[in-house]
Amino acid sequence: MTSFIGYGADPGIRLIEWLPWLAAIAAFFLLPDYLSLGARVLTYILFALSLDLILGYAGIITLGHSAFFGIGAYVAGILSAKLGVIDPVLLLVAAAVMAGAFGVASGAVILRTHGLTQLMLTLAIAVVCLEIAHKATPITGGADGLSGVTIAPVFGAFRFDLFGKTAYVWCLTVLFASWWLTRRIIYSPFGAALAGIRENRVRMHAIGVPVYRRLLTAYTISAMMAGTAGALLAETNQFVGLNVLGFEPSGELMVMLILGGVGRLYGAFVGPLVYLIAQDFLAKQFPEYWYFGIGLMLVVVVLFARGGILGLVDKLVARWRKQN
Amino acid sequence: MRSRSFVTTLILAVVLLGAAPLAAQTVKVGFLTTYSGPGAAQGDQLDKGAKLYLKLNGGKLPRGVKIDLIARDDTGPNPDVAKRIVQELIVRDKVQLLTGFVWTPNAAAIAPLTAEAKVPYISMNAAGVNIVNLSPYMARVSFTLWQSTYPLGQWAAKKFKRAYVAVSDFAPGHEAQEAFTKGFTDGGGEIIDAVRIPLANPDFVPYMQRVKDSKPDVLFAFNPAGKQATAMMKAYSDLGLEKAGIKYIGPGDITTDEELQGMGDAALGVITAHHYSAFADRPANKTFVAAYKKAYGEKLNPGFMAVGAWDAMDLVFHVIREQKGKIDPNRTMELIKGYKNPNSPRGPIAIDPDTRDIIQNEYLREVRKVGGQLANVEIETLATQIKDPWKEFNKGK
Amino acid sequence: MEAFLPSVVSIAFHGVAYGMILYVISVGLSVTMGLMGFVNLAHGAFAMAGGYVLTSAISRLGLAFPLALPLAFIVVAAVSVLLERWLYSRLYEAGELEQVLFTIGLIFMAVATAQVVFGMLQQPVLLPEYLKGRVSLLGREFPLYRLFLIVASGAIIAALWFGVERTLWGAMVRAAVDNRTMAQSIGINTRRLFTVTFALGSGLAGLGGALGAEIIAIQPTYPFEHLAYFLIVVAVGGLGSLRGPFAAALLIGVSDTACKYWVPEFGAFFIYVATILILLWRPAGLFGTRV
Repeated sequence: MTSFIGYGADPGIRLIEWLPWLAAIAAFFLLPDYLSLGARVLTYILFALSLDLILGYAGIITLGHSAFFGIGAYVAGILSAKLGVIDPVLLLVAAAVMAGAFGVASGAVILRTHGLTQLMLTLAIAVVCLEIAHKATPITGGADGLSGVTIAPVFGAFRFDLFGKTAYVWCLTVLFASWWLTRRIIYSPFGAALAGIRENRVRMHAIGVPVYRRLLTAYTISAMMAGTAGALLAETNQFVGLNVLGFEPSGELMVMLILGGVGRLYGAFVGPLVYLIAQDFLAKQFPEYWYFGIGLMLVVVVLFARGGILGLVDKLVARWRKQN
Repeated sequence: MRSRSFVTTLILAVVLLGAAPLAAQTVKVGFLTTYSGPGAAQGDQLDKGAKLYLKLNGGKLPRGVKIDLIARDDTGPNPDVAKRIVQELIVRDKVQLLTGFVWTPNAAAIAPLTAEAKVPYISMNAAGVNIVNLSPYMARVSFTLWQSTYPLGQWAAKKFKRAYVAVSDFAPGHEAQEAFTKGFTDGGGEIIDAVRIPLANPDFVPYMQRVKDSKPDVLFAFNPAGKQATAMMKAYSDLGLEKAGIKYIGPGDITTDEELQGMGDAALGVITAHHYSAFADRPANKTFVAAYKKAYGEKLNPGFMAVGAWDAMDLVFHVIREQKGKIDPNRTMELIKGYKNPNSPRGPIAIDPDTRDIIQNEYLREVRKVGGQLANVEIETLATQIKDPWKEFNKGK
Repeated sequence: MEAFLPSVVSIAFHGVAYGMILYVISVGLSVTMGLMGFVNLAHGAFAMAGGYVLTSAISRLGLAFPLALPLAFIVVAAVSVLLERWLYSRLYEAGELEQVLFTIGLIFMAVATAQVVFGMLQQPVLLPEYLKGRVSLLGREFPLYRLFLIVASGAIIAALWFGVERTLWGAMVRAAVDNRTMAQSIGINTRRLFTVTFALGSGLAGLGGALGAEIIAIQPTYPFEHLAYFLIVVAVGGLGSLRGPFAAALLIGVSDTACKYWVPEFGAFFIYVATILILLWRPAGLFGTRV
């Protein structure tokens, strides 16, 4: 898998990296009817970023990343609906902290294993979380979901409205902060260590890198980001349903990430964007074929285009450069 | 020549002026159902019922008024998806009315949207008792579990003394349990035990074993229609509960007409209470079923959800007709509250002006073999023009 | 509690029937993962396919039950050979992530296809008359079909174990599982071995799915719903082993049934927590030799 990082890489932000943000701001003005969809895309980009950090960079395969997403969403939802905490910033922080705590706890357990066992454990943990949320109906709303989630206006001024304007800008802001943070991480010695662990764990042990601790740190950071994304979803939807937990959101997220290009910072941007927009248009017209189409796309990408969309773009750019 | 061009212009002007009121007034109606995922079978029922009504009655709108039914897929009981889609329907597609909805959680999630945007919503199925209370713009044409199950409990108390309650562990299951328990105990019966079976459950045999060991007179069951209902009935018959004298009863959801044939002989003799059976022989139903079979195939039977969709579309058309295509939300709600339809396939129905919920008859049925097919045969009318009992008991709450 | 002992018998009986079907379906996955090191999450799709073949053969072609069962095995095995040759084999050298993604994609495709071709409702299983009804044993009545399940699964498992432990093919499989490179260097054609073993494993899954259609309903979401249990059987039992998953499957079958009977509110929860604990205690599974 080609990766995009290198310790020697210049951590400065290249001009082209501002493009997504300009596009996002333009979308706010040009596509006012689609801001709810936009907020969703931004939330999932954050979620995908968190998965990219441990899957793409650290190389830990997990089927259970939805656990952190779900914990973040339910923490935010429960604090709001049951305990009356409605400040959006406070909810995000609480969600991130709880998800991070769970990340440390579960990471400590599963990072000592590998292979099928690790995969199985991530799946089992995800399913246990789902079962708990399902059973604890008085707290989580069970199968009906948690409604009655109210969110105070952001900074006291911007109400979460029907058109999704506030939601969009709020998600964009949070995503920007997280993106900046992630960039700092991967273009740092820590990020280089992660890449090294992914490529050759034994060698990293041999040169004295505390592999387990690095992985646990990355896992916790990733959990916190996923939790934040979950809280964003709860805030913008004012609702939390059981489908934030379990195997399916994890699987779907992996599809999005692979589509964009795993192991690359912007794969997490491209993937959810393309996937959710395609889903918005195509899944309405042809719901069964959409499902089939995703499966087919996944198979094709894995067999023939492992770098995802960004990988294809790289190849095209390289070919164009060669011709010149 | 001048006069000819003058006449032409005059004719054109008249034609254009005359055409102006003929400019189509299109009423956009958002229709949310399930086309994919495990709930697609139920969602399909709504789709079939609604589209059939549209096909047969599309021409019966006032001149110049058209209806645009915008169908969307909520992919199952996913409240956040439903909320997102309804938000889009309101903001992007600018719908004036909203209908559909198989799943209660989805309907509950969009209630605030209907209130904020003032879009009247008519539920074709979502049966949770509290839904219509969530927003002044919500009404229901389908049913509530209390309507069918409370009278069933009262009836059962006259024939049986000890009951075991086995329901699936989700909100409708809990409602059914509550309603039956109240009806049964109000009638003097005793609920000896109850169990809530997890939804994601492949095997009912251990639960039926437990029921058998407790030796009740009657087993009240409620599972989601289809796979689960069939599996539980199979387990019931495999373990010999029928021979042991334990009768199997439940709301009509467990023997819903469109799935009944696939359930096999395990379903024979099951007694249910519901507002609709495809084999009812009132004339309105016979016409409906014939039209349904003609459109969708001889082998298919409409279920209660298809009827819910059909009746809801009738209400939608009524509202459009009365307002001649110019939909005002508050006037719409007034029209809905006064609605009565004596000719629904399920018998006479009306909307309760106080609660905006459905008023209808409930029938006691038994599954028998009729002409080689399994059928819910209506054996008596349990309740006539019954309002939702839960709201009656909880007035002022 | 005079009802206690008979309920234990009942639970044991039903639990064993469920467990044996789980084993027949999952054993192929264990061998595939142990032999080829391939994480095949789509294994449930083969079981589902077997179930569809059986129900379609009986209801649409009017085939008799004893003929439809082997048909399920043969059709699924044949299809799996095609899939293995064209698709799976390209990913043998690929990383785990690719295999996971690829098989998730296959699941999506299988689920969508099943939905389009067969509809969302579960398939009715039309059992022959001689397999319906109840039989009396030890003072309680048991469904005849479950007894048949236990006997049939037992026979299949016995044949499988005999095949793996006594035949040349079985010896080659065991050798390749233990040390693939060594097996290749002594001349074993591992490519063909993979194909044959994969076909056998998938065929067994199909057969298990068909046999178990009564207790594990056949409908399009089958591969998603039961994936966790199949994986648990293999992970807890130990990759590449035959006896391990058998014990694990029986354990799961019986405890799942017992939980449903005695603590129905918690059902699957207990299994998952137990899995986590067992895997932490023994990462290679109860009987596995390597992870």
